[in-house]
Amino acid sequence: MDPMAAIRQTFFQECDEQLAELESGLIRIDEGDRDPETVNAVFRAVHSIKGGASAFGFDDLVEFVHVFETTLDLLRSNRIEATQQVAACFLRASDVLADLVSGAREGSDVNPDKVAPAKAELQSLCEGAGSEGDAASEADFVDLAFEPVAISLDSIFGDFEESEQKPHRYVINFKPRPALYAKGNEALLLLRELGELGALRVTCNTDDTPFLDELDPEGAYFSWTAELETKEDARADIQAVFEFVEFDCDLSIKEEDDPPPGSVIESMEEPAVYEEEPKLPIASNDEQPALAVPEATPQPQPQASAGPRKTEPSSPAPQPTIRVDLERVDRLINLVGELVINQAVLSQRVSEAGLSRASSVMIALDELEQLTRDIQDSVMAIRAQPVKPIFQRMSRVVREVAAITKKSVRLITDGESTEVDKTVVERLTDPLTHMIRNAVDHGIESAEQRIAVGKPEEGTLKLSAMHRSGRVVIEVSDDGAGINRQRVRQIAVSKNLISPDALLTDEEIDNLIFAPGFSTTETASAISGRGVGMDVVKRAVQALGGRISIASRPGLGSTFSLSLPLTLAVLDGMVVTIGDQTFVVPLTAIVETMQPKKESVHLIGSGTRLIRSRDAFIPLVDVGAVLHNRPSLADPTAQVALLAESESGGRCALLVDEIQGQRQVVIKSLEANYGRVFGIAAGTILGDGRVALIIDVDGIINSLRADSDAVESLHAAE
Amino acid sequence: MTKTILTVDDSRTMREMLRIALADAGYNVVQAEDGVHGLEVLETVSPDAIITDINMPRMDGFGFIENVRVHETHRALPILVLTTESDDQKKDRARRAGATGWIVKPFNPVKLVDAIRRVTA
Repeated sequence: MDPMAAIRQTFFQECDEQLAELESGLIRIDEGDRDPETVNAVFRAVHSIKGGASAFGFDDLVEFVHVFETTLDLLRSNRIEATQQVAACFLRASDVLADLVSGAREGSDVNPDKVAPAKAELQSLCEGAGSEGDAASEADFVDLAFEPVAISLDSIFGDFEESEQKPHRYVINFKPRPALYAKGNEALLLLRELGELGALRVTCNTDDTPFLDELDPEGAYFSWTAELETKEDARADIQAVFEFVEFDCDLSIKEEDDPPPGSVIESMEEPAVYEEEPKLPIASNDEQPALAVPEATPQPQPQASAGPRKTEPSSPAPQPTIRVDLERVDRLINLVGELVINQAVLSQRVSEAGLSRASSVMIALDELEQLTRDIQDSVMAIRAQPVKPIFQRMSRVVREVAAITKKSVRLITDGESTEVDKTVVERLTDPLTHMIRNAVDHGIESAEQRIAVGKPEEGTLKLSAMHRSGRVVIEVSDDGAGINRQRVRQIAVSKNLISPDALLTDEEIDNLIFAPGFSTTETASAISGRGVGMDVVKRAVQALGGRISIASRPGLGSTFSLSLPLTLAVLDGMVVTIGDQTFVVPLTAIVETMQPKKESVHLIGSGTRLIRSRDAFIPLVDVGAVLHNRPSLADPTAQVALLAESESGGRCALLVDEIQGQRQVVIKSLEANYGRVFGIAAGTILGDGRVALIIDVDGIINSLRADSDAVESLHAAE
Repeated sequence: MTKTILTVDDSRTMREMLRIALADAGYNVVQAEDGVHGLEVLETVSPDAIITDINMPRMDGFGFIENVRVHETHRALPILVLTTESDDQKKDRARRAGATGWIVKPFNPVKLVDAIRRVTA
């Protein structure tokens, strides 16, 4: 790859990190964090983006970041106060900044209507900070855009008219002070560089050299007179040579045809001017050697204390990390998967050999099993990532939707450091975004409504993540009005999702919002992505092997809980036999197992069997028949029923022939290697080396539902 | 002999650009991510010059320069500071901390090498 393209990629990666850093810092400030290091970190993030952006010539981005940086600098120097309003303004600016960065990445323009207000807001903060900040920032913007060009043009014309042919002769007197050497500068190198500009003749003046016993080894005693002849005007170049040392030496640069010393301008203190206005008569002269630095040699010692402080180790040093190609990690995970399988094979072979459980081989094997599991956990941990980046993205979603709906909403996050597999983290963004949008748009009431029912004007949205029994649970809860069950019911009836006289529990009504085609809003609101209902969210969560549930209390708000697996690579399963084949049923789907009794199995309609379990009738599914693995068995009492629940709460009892036991299995995608098969979620390899299929419980239950729905609607039609 | 330059910058982008610009000009480049890291690197490498950023976590450029200057063997080591365009104040502060010179961001590879040449023998 072209090195610039690679750096460009690095730059954008880094921008993403800086933006995340920026946002989390601003949120902390918004929450009342007044630690200067937080402000510094925020400043640094913006500053870094600016550095890279200007290197790549992203002008729009640079212009905005510059204003942002200037304003943050005021915050850093305590000239503006970090009120919540200020923090909110910065947060909005960081959103715009994120847009500008992605605009730069994709080469697309960002809507100026979005950028301009944010910029104006920042500038007004500057103005609020007093004329100083204002003037500085204004001046900077103007400089940035126009001035250098105008001035340099003038100077070029000037050059041509006056000095086309005649050589320029300069006499440069240069007397270093000790500070020049103390900072690592070297007179010789400067003279050498002068020599590159033209013909040079240097004489050294050693008159000031003291006797040996008076000589301070750190003193500076030599001075030089250099005569330089150049073809073109080289004053700016000469200034540039001495640019680094101008405060640590006595310097005069005189052109032999220079105007008399009367027109000397005190110019040494403004080095920046030279670059832009080289034609200014800036000659110093020999009579005024000290002119350059009237305040004399700087003294590093006392200033050091007033100056930069060594940064206190206030924040813990970041853990050293390495960046690894994801492919390598995946390969490792795959290998560990094979190891797990192989260990299981070994285990089975040894037990087949009939060794006693107390034999040394068995004991060693147990240890191996433990070790394998530990390795597996550690390897999985490599792919684990905290949910923090998504949570941060959600805070932006909240701000945007709140702004569109003109509601005031505060997002509280909890458990940001909870770690989940990278893929899970990535695929969680879309469902979470929908849920958050929904919560702000539909869940939280308008300020007037809230005040009317005695709630605080500002709504609260809580986003939390936690580990719970080997899964990660993510909750989105709002303190809004809760689900309007009557309305949900009406809509469900009007869309033919339920029959008008259906008896539904509150929970069942709440779950209707996950039904495909269900939407509580009659007209799509201004919030982007509408028209996509909660059914899409549910599907996305289920695709991750997750469950979603709702708990809603009228007037008090709703909580959506997502329960997700920590990783997509392994699964705890129940190994069962059906016919002559072995299958695995995900343990998370199994509620209980039971032995069907004759009296609890009921036959209804055209062969549909139900099983009674704790006062409820649950459809009984002969898995073998459904999967066409063998003909349906007439006598369910000879089988075992696994009472299973789908992610959406649907239940059924799966009839299998025999339970072999529980085991952790490594998931091998069937779709990637073969294709989609109804009723089968994936494959795995068992201890005996055979392939076992993992049963898709949700798929089976849903198909069951579709059937019964079809039957119901048939009845309704009649 | 190939000269070694230590660059200290918390931005990966900037480190990469410095590395490429310097390596193209024939320098050997070692890198550090902030002042503290820079000091650690200095214990194992003796560069011919240092280029350091100002805004960095843990230890900023000013602190870094001061710490380098205090060190007996690095007293005369050329240290260039990377600054942004309108940072006269920062230049001044860096100078007082003991910086040898500065490079203006965004840097131009030619100017960068010029600045390095101006301070290294």
